[in-house]
Amino acid sequence: MNVPFQHALALAAALFAIGLTGVLMRRNIVFVLMSVEIMLNAAGLAFVAAGARWGQPDGQVMFLFILTMAAAEVSVGLALVLQFYHRFKTLATDAAGKMRG
Amino acid sequence: MAELLWLIPALPFAGFLALALLGSRMPRPLVATIGAGTVGLSALAAIAASLALAGSAGAEEGITRTLWTWISVGGFAPAVALRLDALSAVMTLVVTIVGFLILLYSTEFMAGDEGYSRFFCCMDLFVGAMLTLVLADDLLLLYLGWEGVGLSSYLLIGFWYKAEANVRAARKAFIVTRVGDTAFALGLALIATQLGTLRIQEVAERAPLFWGAGSGMAVAAAALMLGGALGKSAQLPLQTWLPDAMAGPTPVSALIHAATMVTAGVYLIARMHALFLLAPVVMGATAVIGAATLLMAGLSALTQSDLKRALAYSTISQVGYMFLALGVGAWSAAIFHFMTHAFFKSLLFLAAGAVSMRLRGEHDMFRMGGLRRALPGAFWAFVIGAASLSALPMVTAGFYSKEMILERVWSSPRGAGWLWAAGLIGALITALYAFRMVFLVFFGEKRQETEGRSGARVMFPLAALAALSIGGGFVPMSRGTWEAHALPLTLAASLASLLGIAGAWFLFHRRRGMTERLAGSPAGALLRRFWAGGWGFDQAYDALLVRPFVRLTRASREEFADPYSKGVARTAGALHHLLSRTVTGQLRWYAMAIAAGTILLIGMAVFL
Amino acid sequence: METVFDISAVVAVVATLMVIAQSRAVHALLYLTVSLLAVAVVFFTLGAPFVAALEVIIYAGAIMVLFVFVIMMLNLGAEAARQERRWLTPADWFGPAILGAILLAEMVWVLASPQSAFPAPAANDPRAVGAALFGPYVLVADLAALVLLAGLVGAYHFGRRSAEAGEGEAP
Repeated sequence: MNVPFQHALALAAALFAIGLTGVLMRRNIVFVLMSVEIMLNAAGLAFVAAGARWGQPDGQVMFLFILTMAAAEVSVGLALVLQFYHRFKTLATDAAGKMRG
Repeated sequence: MAELLWLIPALPFAGFLALALLGSRMPRPLVATIGAGTVGLSALAAIAASLALAGSAGAEEGITRTLWTWISVGGFAPAVALRLDALSAVMTLVVTIVGFLILLYSTEFMAGDEGYSRFFCCMDLFVGAMLTLVLADDLLLLYLGWEGVGLSSYLLIGFWYKAEANVRAARKAFIVTRVGDTAFALGLALIATQLGTLRIQEVAERAPLFWGAGSGMAVAAAALMLGGALGKSAQLPLQTWLPDAMAGPTPVSALIHAATMVTAGVYLIARMHALFLLAPVVMGATAVIGAATLLMAGLSALTQSDLKRALAYSTISQVGYMFLALGVGAWSAAIFHFMTHAFFKSLLFLAAGAVSMRLRGEHDMFRMGGLRRALPGAFWAFVIGAASLSALPMVTAGFYSKEMILERVWSSPRGAGWLWAAGLIGALITALYAFRMVFLVFFGEKRQETEGRSGARVMFPLAALAALSIGGGFVPMSRGTWEAHALPLTLAASLASLLGIAGAWFLFHRRRGMTERLAGSPAGALLRRFWAGGWGFDQAYDALLVRPFVRLTRASREEFADPYSKGVARTAGALHHLLSRTVTGQLRWYAMAIAAGTILLIGMAVFL
Repeated sequence: METVFDISAVVAVVATLMVIAQSRAVHALLYLTVSLLAVAVVFFTLGAPFVAALEVIIYAGAIMVLFVFVIMMLNLGAEAARQERRWLTPADWFGPAILGAILLAEMVWVLASPQSAFPAPAANDPRAVGAALFGPYVLVADLAALVLLAGLVGAYHFGRRSAEAGEGEAP
């Protein structure tokens, strides 16, 4: 187990940046949700790496919580996507611009 | 019982709160029960407390109960403290008993009104505030009650707020009394800073130690107190609001603008008499103002055609008597007259209300007449009230109190012959206008038919107040007034009263045509208009104060500071429009903005 | 072990890049699964086998299946893919890419700075994770259960009114 700590964090940073780019770039809600998943996963990776670095279980515990949250978020988010598609007949987030005000 | 002193003002306040919060949803009988019942309970508590006071050993000093201390700053600690002594006991009894009778009357008088619960709500607020004023042992608490009665007076004058004239009258009353209130507040500040206390007892003790008799500070403090009293009690030169205040419902006029609130000034001066004794100049001014007011308002009352306005001027005039008594140092005479006046004046107002109730709200005396047989109950009540008002010798309460004032004015070292003469002429005028009302309303030919009939809740208060107007003169306060040397004075006062009544019979009943011709002549008409209009005070104030003020405000509407303040607003508006462009409604745009901001912050943390 | 880490890291980054660049949702989903599996390997190399297993079971398993269900239900065909391609203009991806690059540069900068020289990581076993989870973190674990319940209720509520109800189960 001699993976350098910095490398693991660098991987987490890269995944997070890619996920952020995806969130900002895509109009399709499904892709936006996937990108959010990537970002959450990257954050979890950072926690696990830190936990491994200090020899503490806390990092992994935090990953479990992130996992839980991601699951809840995806279930609600996808239900919303279905409603959204049902109402607007499209998946483009720009269609929700009616909230404008 | 003394421990429960707080109940006396607290009960009406509780009624006020209950009606203010839930009154609109209550059925009317419940509203009436709460509105009048709380005041009735308060009256019972006041009677019990007064009996306890009379029976206790320290009846001279009275009992004081400090509920809590308001604030305590640098040795100055105004307290919420109640005090019951002979003076406040009389006031409390009158306020609660007369208040209860009038509220009982109102339950029928206001029966058809849509603002039924609002009326009782305001009335309870008034009674609570008035009792706070009367029972306060601290000038700050007294001031709280003082402003409370002003507020409820304002609310009740403008009770029928849909007519603009009523609202105008309410505003006028509020603003004119505000002049006096401001003087009072300044006086409080002066006393608090100079004497370091607002406790009435301590003020009375410290004032002679700190200030010499006639010293500038004492005169200033007393004069400011007098200013407050003049405003509240509608005395010269702040009397103009009271006749207009008759715009409110009749029970309001009876309770607030005749029996209780307008005498708050009298109470204040009697309460602070230790201070006034240090300022002989102010005492003299009080007496002169009282004498001038009673004559002027009496003459105005003589020429009114509106029944309630005539009674209003009569109130001003009678309060003038009280000020005259205060001015010569006859404190107890003033309070005695306050008490009898409260009885007979509220009786007169309620009887007038009973008359107008049966005449579909008619107030013009010249369109009444001959109602003696149609309304026997109101007739006898009104006659008893008028007799007491004109101080009919020996049998009425008004006679004892007025006679006591005149006797003191003559015999007091502060009094003077001409003040006494003014009072005597005033007594003549009083009898004249009192029975003018009786003859115009109840005698002569009948002008209108009556309708309906008055119920027990109207007749019982009339009967009770009539009994008090007769019997109120035999209370223990009148003890010791009968002195041998006063006999000629008593005779003179009796003669003035009888002469006035006879004159009224002659002028307004027997030879009414002649009087009308006299009043119709050019000089008579001019004088009549002048008197009826309140001696031109309204016009003078309008020309001297209101219109210049309005002109000034109009001239300064465009202020030099405006461009800057408006500029701030305009800049904010422009920024708003700029920023509102960023609210596109597009999710990606928002996410982008959040991400960019976060990245910027991280960058600052990392690289700086 | 370091070689394994390096390989799976490269796989993860490339697969993730493909996720956000794909125009077909199902393809993107497959790449996402690959990315998650790669990260699971990374977890293993970091000495966290328990978490690695969870990553495979829950992330790559349950959550991805949820996505698959929804994509099936939306029935996105070739037309949707063409539309995706139309939406992915350079003007659209250029700005976010720059932002992401800046963020990455910042974080790498921090990692490369001298004070972040650390000793080698030590492993800790699943037993310790369980003890911590139900020891000091038990309250948070309860909260997580509540979050899941809220997610269940929320998903049911949102999914109920659509004609194709029944997809709202929380994993």
